[in-house]
Amino acid sequence: MSILKEKYEAVIGLEVHVQLLTNSKIFSSSSAAFGGAPNSKVDPVCLGLPGVLPVLNRQTVNFAMRVGLATNCKIGRHSIFARKNYFYPDLPKGYQISQFEEPVCEHGYLDFEVNGQMKRVGITRIHLEEDAGKSIHAEEFVGSDETLVDVNRCGVPLVEIVSEPDIRLASEAVAYLVELRRIVQYLGLCDGNMEEGSLRCDANISIRPVGGTELGVKTELKNMNSISGVENAINYEIHRQIELLESGGAVTQQTLLWNADKGIARAMRSKEYSHDYRYFPDPDLVPLEISDAWLQEVKSALPELPRARKNRLIAEYKLPQYDAEVLTATRPLADYFEATAGACADAKAASNWIMGEVLRYLKENEITIEAFSVPPGEIAELLNLVGDGTINLKVARIVFGAMLETGKRAAVIVKEKGLVQVSDTAQITAQVRMVLSDHPAEVEKYVAGKEQVVGFLVGQVMRATRGQANPKIVNEVLRTELQALADS
Amino acid sequence: MRGEWSCVDLTETYLSNIDKGAHLNAFVFSMADRARARAAEIDGRIKTGDAGKLAGLTLAVKDNIVIKGERAGCASAILDGYVSPYSATVIEKLEAEDAIIIGRTNMDEFAMGSSNENSCHGPVKNPNDPTSVTGGSSGGSCAAVSAGMALAALGSDTGGSIRQPASFCGVVGLKPTYGRVSRYGLVAFASSFDQIGPITQNVADAALLLEVMCGLDLKDSTSSPESVPDFTNSVGRDIQGLRIGLPSEYFGEGLNNEVRQAIDNTIDILKQRGAAIVEVSLPHTDYAIAAYYVLTTAEASSNLSRYDGARYGFRAADVSDLDEMYINSRNQGFGEEVKRRIMLGTYVLSAGYYDAYYRKAQQVRTLIKRDFAAAFERCDCLLTPTAPTTAFKIGEKIDDPLTMYLSDIYTVSINLAGLPAISVPCGSDENGLPVGAQIVGNYFDEEMLIRLGHQVHCQAGEKSA
Repeated sequence: MSILKEKYEAVIGLEVHVQLLTNSKIFSSSSAAFGGAPNSKVDPVCLGLPGVLPVLNRQTVNFAMRVGLATNCKIGRHSIFARKNYFYPDLPKGYQISQFEEPVCEHGYLDFEVNGQMKRVGITRIHLEEDAGKSIHAEEFVGSDETLVDVNRCGVPLVEIVSEPDIRLASEAVAYLVELRRIVQYLGLCDGNMEEGSLRCDANISIRPVGGTELGVKTELKNMNSISGVENAINYEIHRQIELLESGGAVTQQTLLWNADKGIARAMRSKEYSHDYRYFPDPDLVPLEISDAWLQEVKSALPELPRARKNRLIAEYKLPQYDAEVLTATRPLADYFEATAGACADAKAASNWIMGEVLRYLKENEITIEAFSVPPGEIAELLNLVGDGTINLKVARIVFGAMLETGKRAAVIVKEKGLVQVSDTAQITAQVRMVLSDHPAEVEKYVAGKEQVVGFLVGQVMRATRGQANPKIVNEVLRTELQALADS
Repeated sequence: MRGEWSCVDLTETYLSNIDKGAHLNAFVFSMADRARARAAEIDGRIKTGDAGKLAGLTLAVKDNIVIKGERAGCASAILDGYVSPYSATVIEKLEAEDAIIIGRTNMDEFAMGSSNENSCHGPVKNPNDPTSVTGGSSGGSCAAVSAGMALAALGSDTGGSIRQPASFCGVVGLKPTYGRVSRYGLVAFASSFDQIGPITQNVADAALLLEVMCGLDLKDSTSSPESVPDFTNSVGRDIQGLRIGLPSEYFGEGLNNEVRQAIDNTIDILKQRGAAIVEVSLPHTDYAIAAYYVLTTAEASSNLSRYDGARYGFRAADVSDLDEMYINSRNQGFGEEVKRRIMLGTYVLSAGYYDAYYRKAQQVRTLIKRDFAAAFERCDCLLTPTAPTTAFKIGEKIDDPLTMYLSDIYTVSINLAGLPAISVPCGSDENGLPVGAQIVGNYFDEEMLIRLGHQVHCQAGEKSA
């Protein structure tokens, strides 16, 4: 197979649906929030009752413009809404309001890193549309031939981001998707939760001989509701198409549904997708006109994007690439870091602490940084105690544990527990001498030239001082004393 | 007058007229209890001086304008039993001024028709001759006003559905500029054409209702922020120096001689009153019917997709799967004309046909708008017959859709352009059936329709007197 993979290349384009975090729906007043009792977030308009009319929610346009600007698109000053007609029980009007000719954004691109290399993928278009409801084929509620419909999601605003077929590998698709997700999260317009469906990705895939210019017959992959699902499904489909061609077959144009449990994709029945959608301009909505002032307003309110922020962290805080990448994974995490670093004498120490202790704690407790109980200022205080020699890093971890447990501030805990670091040379020398007299064998080894025993002996001194001794001074005293013994 | 009558008495009179006129089939149902309760409330407000400007006006409402808590059926079996949980904006506005809604009027199914024979409740009969049609699609509303079963009625006009039946029934019917009156709560037939308008016994009543109905509605994106004048001020204004355009295309082949005679007489009188007559041309008129049927059916095919048996209204029994439910529900629930138009509209929007039909028809629409713009550079308004004939016999054209479609030949262009127009009784044929004159105004110039319409109606009154 690896030889065949060198013979063929895949041509992949992604269609990413992003649910927008607006208060109300795209064309009506009911709540656009996720969840709730089935059919509780409804109004006559999103239900498509006789006589209702849609009215565009301006906030959705702001959000679409933000995505467009963040992906270097041209913002369409005049765009129109269209009806996409098809029958389905979770589509109450019998058509979805979307954009077809003249979408709100076009001709952009996204730059991102894959395996240390920069990659650019073109953005064909970004358009606004309404989500459909959900059909629930749940046998716990109904007979096997019946279906329930939940229309809460009807009218939830979406932007659909359509890429050019510039992607060649599943890993590139994943990197593109991860970058896009990070961008929409930074823009504050989507939580990026693929499991809940607030971010959804479909892929168009074809293969051709390496270096070919013509496009092969493509298939469309749907139902990949996780990042790993996208990677596995695309790899599966590339493999399937290669095998098909190699065995003398041909790829048929079809839509495939990814089954993550089984690790396979099955073809949808043709009647499930072979629609003529009969797009035409929605006569209930006037063309969307975006003025210079409106565009400027959105432009000037655009937050710093992840890549720009990463570069700034490197320049401003002298962080390594790796740290900057980890800390800019989400906007709240980057905010947390900057708040900590701003109150702390040592930015690198702040980075280390957040990437190590804080992220470990979040992971163990399955929470996000927004739910983390210790404010950045208190982490900075803790690190400043390390910085000025009041405590050492080992004690700092103990203090951190106590902070999480009690909610008290670091200085209070250090005082209460008497954890102040011992830097008094005389006191430390006494401890060192006791340890040396207790470990004559190790002293002999040192005298014989085995320097490695120093580490062991430092550990013994630290243990004897309950970790409170200043490790730097312990090290110095120990070497002096050992040298003295060796010389004697 | 005040103190000598009460809204309750008036309402009773109209309710008894509805009963007496039951054979006309103008009403789907009367709303007697609701009307009586409202009348009593309004009588109370009249005593305290708090009554609205339409206090005591009994109003019949076409079956496609929704009223909270009431059935809205569009004269279609597919909406069987459907009750609206909200009221149309016009209903809220009219009730806020104390209009009394007295019943729901019959119509062509989903407003598709020119004779009011396409109704699941059967045809409406013309009060002037019960063997003749009322015209359509607002036939029930026009018959109700004509027969004194309501003081006024609401209709909707997509290609002539207010004006043509108003002409056939001998009442006043006004279609406002597209965007003048909110469409929120009007069950859509063709969204870029539909307008709600008043049907009344005289032009002054139309002006009064229009004042209340018009204005920006944030629930309708196509509603206009244009300010609403006091239309009643235009009633009785003279027409000295007014330039009235006569489009030659509206006086050609197919125009019945008696209708032509009535219009000619009207023109003569208007000249005597100081109006100047200007010959104008609307050269793309020949393409109007075709463009109209392409565009309205396209929009309708999409608008009517929601009636699928899944959520409300009629659902076919004994279906084995989803597709069969859709097919059988829609096949059994919709009438023949509606199905014909859904099929036509689906066809013109289909892949490979869109450019040849839908896009081409949109281009024709633009040309027709330009025709009117050019004409309005030479005149203040247009005068035409509303329909090429007077009311025809029930059953006469029902099996010949193309002939039926031609009865809207003078009205559809106005909807393609989005202009306001009024039909006013101006005479009658030798059988005593009414003839209507259509006045077309420039955008948002309903004042012109009221001003000239009132004069035309007066001359008709003088002649018949």
